[in-house]
Amino acid sequence: MANKVLVFIEQRNGVIKKASLEAAKSGSDLADKIGTVSEAVLIGSDVDNAGLLGGYGIKKVVHIKNSELGNYSSSAYADLFAEYANESGADYFIFSNTSMGKDLAPKIAVKLDAGIIVDAVNLDIDGENIIAARPVYAGKAILNVKINSAKKIFTLRPNVFAAGEASDSIAEVEIREVNSPNLSTKVIDIKKSEGKLDVAEADVIVSGGRGLKGPEHFNLIEDLADALGAAVGASRAVVDAGWRSHGEQVGQTGKTVSPTLYIACGISGAIQHLAGMRSSKYIVAINKDKEAPIFQVADYGIAGDVFEILPALTEEIKKIKG
Amino acid sequence: MKIAVCVSHVPDTASKISVGSDGKTIDPNGVTFIVNPYDEFAIEEALKFKESKGEGEVVVISVGPDANKETLRKALAMGADSGVLLKDDNYRDSMSVAKALAVQIKEMDARLVFFGKQSVDYDNSIVGQLTAELLGYNCISVVVDLKIEGDKITAEREIEGGREVVETSFPVVITTQKGLNEPRYASLKGIMAAKKKTIEEKPAAENINLIEVVQMKKPAAKQPGKIIGTDSSAVPELVRLLKEEAKVI
Repeated sequence: MANKVLVFIEQRNGVIKKASLEAAKSGSDLADKIGTVSEAVLIGSDVDNAGLLGGYGIKKVVHIKNSELGNYSSSAYADLFAEYANESGADYFIFSNTSMGKDLAPKIAVKLDAGIIVDAVNLDIDGENIIAARPVYAGKAILNVKINSAKKIFTLRPNVFAAGEASDSIAEVEIREVNSPNLSTKVIDIKKSEGKLDVAEADVIVSGGRGLKGPEHFNLIEDLADALGAAVGASRAVVDAGWRSHGEQVGQTGKTVSPTLYIACGISGAIQHLAGMRSSKYIVAINKDKEAPIFQVADYGIAGDVFEILPALTEEIKKIKG
Repeated sequence: MKIAVCVSHVPDTASKISVGSDGKTIDPNGVTFIVNPYDEFAIEEALKFKESKGEGEVVVISVGPDANKETLRKALAMGADSGVLLKDDNYRDSMSVAKALAVQIKEMDARLVFFGKQSVDYDNSIVGQLTAELLGYNCISVVVDLKIEGDKITAEREIEGGREVVETSFPVVITTQKGLNEPRYASLKGIMAAKKKTIEEKPAAENINLIEVVQMKKPAAKQPGKIIGTDSSAVPELVRLLKEEAKVI
């Protein structure tokens, strides 16, 4: 069938990423709306339960398989995806805007001569066109854009499109063994950051700023984060001061995040910080200055001392989490 | 060996952004433009590479209007050898920017190319990868550590929850992330020297956009929330609201 929708499914260690379930659901919803079918392309070595993608509306999963493809290789993944894309005759391509998606999708755009829109937070169908909304200037403005080429690639911001509950449907899985993939660029090792949750993927984030007065007080943030099962974030000021690593920075020159719950502690809310977290579903601010801009975007605020409030909040959360 | 660094000229991250009268781009009035922050890491890494080799030429390239010369001049003041402005006053999508850059990089035969991982205006974070693919170069994006030994390139790139160690070879495009290095400040001597360095100007390759901007708008304003207290006595109420009203814990 022409103008099929192809969804790229990301796996790490053989496990399909949550963001890919969101992409699968969005891809199959899109296919329904434009009257076509959705397929998923999975590249890797052994992968668990690919058929379960059927629960998110995917009819068929093509698993391109080689023992060397367990880790990401931009050269091999781009070649293999583009080859199948051409064979399938698909016109629409959905990726997650993850570190892998952002690296891979543009290479495929060149190979397929496709227009590419990255980091979409909404897809709307308007007659013949798909209008994507995407934040620009780190969310200080929203751009509505469309693609004027036959082939169209969209990458979707994680945590924004709902995957929903999976149905019982099981997708057909076609395994294609491939030989000698092009490994001219390949991942040879992965260094995990000490088992910590990453702000880019977390559902709940507890962030600290200059109000913590020094790196030695970040244990207050970490304790609350542990109690909530949350990731630790930081403002640019404390990253620039060397209190925390850049990987934790939220804001325009750090990570743009949209968790369900964002708790800002001792953060006044510089414009570049607000830009990176304002799309969070619920925002809590704890800051002693009640005029701080962070309260303008917060759903709930306590205008008080973080040193007094954080331990109390951690205790209260522990009580209800048991 | 020529080393290319592709830079963009963007609004300061402290700028307020308002939508221009065309409803598709920002209103530049009152906005200060700066070197894209991620490009400073790209410039620094190129200079470090040249210094470690004791030879080479660092050429900074930008696509856009005359105003981009300001950013090119700053890169020259940091120590880059020359600049190229690929002139175009009109909006370009990422692919169209990449095509203009690819033509220039090919012409000057640079086999090591640096980009900032993302421009903080349109936030696309794909121009480096697109340019690499157009040129048939290898590419590693979002790099926080880089080692080049002979023809072997080993980089660490930031991913969710850690880093990937990636191996590749020349020719290559590297896109740089904060943490890779500490960009130098331009010295007074550097600023004076930059005035004598050349910025070549030429028209950018044909502008063909695949992406059309329909509208730019401000994000929906958030309802101001409520301040529920000023000390820890407000904590039980906060937790109740999060549990019962927001249903997020």
